[in-house]
Amino acid sequence: MLAVMAIAIIRIRSLIAVIMLSGMYSLLTALLFVLMDAVDVALTEAAVGAGISIILLLATLSLTGETRLTKKTPALLPLIVVVLTGMVLIYGTLDMPHYADPNAPVHQHLGIRFIQDSPQEIGIPNMVTSVLASYRGFDTLGEIVVVFVAGVAVMLLLSNRRRRPASSSDPTSARDKQEALDD
Amino acid sequence: MINHVLLRVVAKLLIPLIMLFALYVQFHGEYSPGGGFQAGVIFAAAFILYGLIFGLQAVKSVAPTGVIRVLMALGVLIFAGTGLLSIMAGGNYLDYNVLAADPVAGQHLGILLIEIGVGVTVASAMIMIYYTFSGRHPLNQDE
Repeated sequence: MLAVMAIAIIRIRSLIAVIMLSGMYSLLTALLFVLMDAVDVALTEAAVGAGISIILLLATLSLTGETRLTKKTPALLPLIVVVLTGMVLIYGTLDMPHYADPNAPVHQHLGIRFIQDSPQEIGIPNMVTSVLASYRGFDTLGEIVVVFVAGVAVMLLLSNRRRRPASSSDPTSARDKQEALDD
Repeated sequence: MINHVLLRVVAKLLIPLIMLFALYVQFHGEYSPGGGFQAGVIFAAAFILYGLIFGLQAVKSVAPTGVIRVLMALGVLIFAGTGLLSIMAGGNYLDYNVLAADPVAGQHLGILLIEIGVGVTVASAMIMIYYTFSGRHPLNQDE
């Protein structure tokens, strides 16, 4: 189902439909995460992937245009690269342990320690939070700095604050600036 | 901006519930799925919904750009400040054990503080990105 959706996203020319489909894609992925008991990840995926990013894409679309330009020439080289990479990745999965195999190396290392010790050390029921906020505090700090930097970057690139007052009422100059940024 | 009665009424009904849910996700993140990041995004969604229905000017009068900009930095400062606090209390950076007399209570306090930092930064960064994007729209240019 996800594969069908991905192909539809590639083929459809109306960009609004593409955005809607990618929102549904995110929502389906979130459902998959719920099925795999990763509820925290699912909540993030549903809120960010299906919510905020869709709105931002729609906002971008209202600034640009609603249909995409199609290229007529078939892209043979990218197809070969994608197929080869996919085959290598599938070959790589052959070595992976089965899903939810308790003897898999990833479950033998730190996971056991977190599960056994975090009730005494941290004492909160949601172990995901205790790993994210306490054991991996530096990682989370880094993530927050990334979000902050993203916000600042968008502000610097797109806000109208530094435009001269003479041109501030002229929408075409903003459009030109946008295109210059896109180049 | 949009005069659909249905949208306005439904949005007015939904926005408080969205905010309440965001606060629940924020402060109940220790017991149920969720945490600062998800809560921040949900909280921002409430503001963005308000902006979509009632226009950019309306939501900017509720949450001015300057306030959002300050909050964006404040969240990171809360997080990093918690780390410095634990250094001052005699531990390592972001080591919450020393924040209270009891290590477990210290952990609770530290996690609560940094989750607030995460939530504030994420929410205000999302709102700010939405402001900047829709501020470029020709409808909102003449502000």
